[in-house]
Amino acid sequence: MTTLPPPTARKLGLVIDLDICVGCHACAVACKEWNDGGSFGPLPDSDPYGAEPDGVWFNRIHSYEVQGFGIGDSGIAGKPRVGKRESGIEKAGAAHKSPCASSIPHSPLPIPVATQTVHFPRSCLHCETPACVTVCPTGASYKRAEDGIVLVDEDKCIGCQLCAWACPYGAREFSAKRGVMQKCTLCVDRIYNETLEPADRQPACVKACPTRARHFGDLGDENSNVSKLVAERGGYALMPELGYQPVNRYLPPRPRRDASQPKPTSHPEPPDEMPMPPLLRWIDRVLSR
Amino acid sequence: MRPTFSIIFFTVASGAGYGLWILSGWLSLLAPRLADDRNAWAATDLVGAALCAGFLLVSAGLFSSLAHLGQPQRAWRALSQWRSSWLSREGVAALLCYIPAGAMLLACTLGGWATGDAIDTRSSNWLLRMAGSRGAGGILLLLAIVTLFCTANIYASLKPIRAWHNRFVVPAYLVLGIYSGALWLWLLIGMMQASTTSSSLLIGICAAALAAGVLKLAYWQFLDKPGAAAPDATGLGALGTVRSVEQPHTEENYLTHEMGFRLARKHAHKLRALVLAFGFGMPTLLAVLALALPSAGAWASWLAVLFGMGGIFIERWLFFAEAKHAVMLFYGARSG
Repeated sequence: MTTLPPPTARKLGLVIDLDICVGCHACAVACKEWNDGGSFGPLPDSDPYGAEPDGVWFNRIHSYEVQGFGIGDSGIAGKPRVGKRESGIEKAGAAHKSPCASSIPHSPLPIPVATQTVHFPRSCLHCETPACVTVCPTGASYKRAEDGIVLVDEDKCIGCQLCAWACPYGAREFSAKRGVMQKCTLCVDRIYNETLEPADRQPACVKACPTRARHFGDLGDENSNVSKLVAERGGYALMPELGYQPVNRYLPPRPRRDASQPKPTSHPEPPDEMPMPPLLRWIDRVLSR
Repeated sequence: MRPTFSIIFFTVASGAGYGLWILSGWLSLLAPRLADDRNAWAATDLVGAALCAGFLLVSAGLFSSLAHLGQPQRAWRALSQWRSSWLSREGVAALLCYIPAGAMLLACTLGGWATGDAIDTRSSNWLLRMAGSRGAGGILLLLAIVTLFCTANIYASLKPIRAWHNRFVVPAYLVLGIYSGALWLWLLIGMMQASTTSSSLLIGICAAALAAGVLKLAYWQFLDKPGAAAPDATGLGALGTVRSVEQPHTEENYLTHEMGFRLARKHAHKLRALVLAFGFGMPTLLAVLALALPSAGAWASWLAVLFGMGGIFIERWLFFAEAKHAVMLFYGARSG
């Protein structure tokens, strides 16, 4: 049935910390590895070792430059640069003229104030009212009543791809090799898998993340760790205005230090007063540079 | 969105087919009024021919739509979720149309349906009487409109695509379906040299072309208008100006292939002019010509179908090619 179940009490989902994600793609690789062999696999690629590999991945990691006007703004950053792409030399020239002063003193490169790189993993958000489910003509797409996970029954899918059109988050990818739609399963074959150690009963992407930027839990439970994280860090939903009520949350990057201001001289060490042998004095000079 | 030939052919051909069926139903409702006409029997033949042509167009379109599926042998499953899915509703309505259309066709060929209820009562077969009654025509008329309505709503219900999720899409599908059906009906009349409904049909074609032109112009104006600001897909817009510096994948993937279609979009304005001039303008001119010179009607109808269908084909191509999907915002597109 592609009509939605009544609102679920349990809302399993992910919380992704954009502050510490380093964009290593380990989550994407771990996801591909697990799901290729998991209950919803395989995830075959066409031309996997060739010039144009193509295949389904449930995780895609974007990288953005965010030129800030809010966080860490020293007041001299001015209006953010928009419009056509400039060549390197134009940028360098503009850096001297524009109020976007270099945040690193003496740097020849234009590094505007309050600019940051944000790595942005994108996967299914397991929406509370997902259009991808209701548009499905066959009943292959469904939302589980017990925990809210959105799944595709690959034995029923006819491969019409309407669900992929209906999803604004790009969560669904069509497998040309298998002729069916595939998507993130929230590792439903791990999180309830009693043959795994309890500590391993988490989505593969969460287990793999080397910076622990990904958290898994019940966002319907106010007292769960993920809900507390969201409350504490101001976790937000993607494109809430479309009305699909995503369950997953993103934790925004923390405010950056303003590197154009001198660092607060925290605990200046007292200079070494002791007379030193020449070799040590030389090493001290080198290290003090 | 990538314009896929199978879907464009499906919506254009079956749109014309359902248009023809709508007009067949309409003609059968008019039948009692034609009963005294000396051309009444010709009108029966015309309805039969229109039903047949509609059958061919609709069936060709539906088969073409199967070519779009990854698993076409499971297509029957698509009839199950009519409670929530417009695509499923379309499938159900599309197949239901075959029942009144088939019954009417049977009645036409067996002579049950002829010049209205007067003759029907002479038929001993109650099934033929039912099929030949105005009821069957009315049901076909209604179901064909419902089918077109469902087709249009498949697109109009998709919020991530601004070019589809707007109030112009449903009326455009309905008007274009009826308009192309009328062009085919004109062709059939020309082929059968039956002039019963010709002049009112020609006026109808001119009106439909005008309505279609106005609708598409309003639609394109809506597309070009920088509407509500594109949604901030990543939510990072709150922190500053967001620029994509690294794509998630080196090669094209399903999403960028299917929803990042940009080829030839720069020619959109020329193609729009082609649609207006050839798709709607030429058939209107030809219809006016045929009104003035009835002898020119036969070859004018051939040209009108050619131009009209060609124009609608380009219109449908543009409907896909010009549509931008919100997911491309993640890839750095400027508007959704």
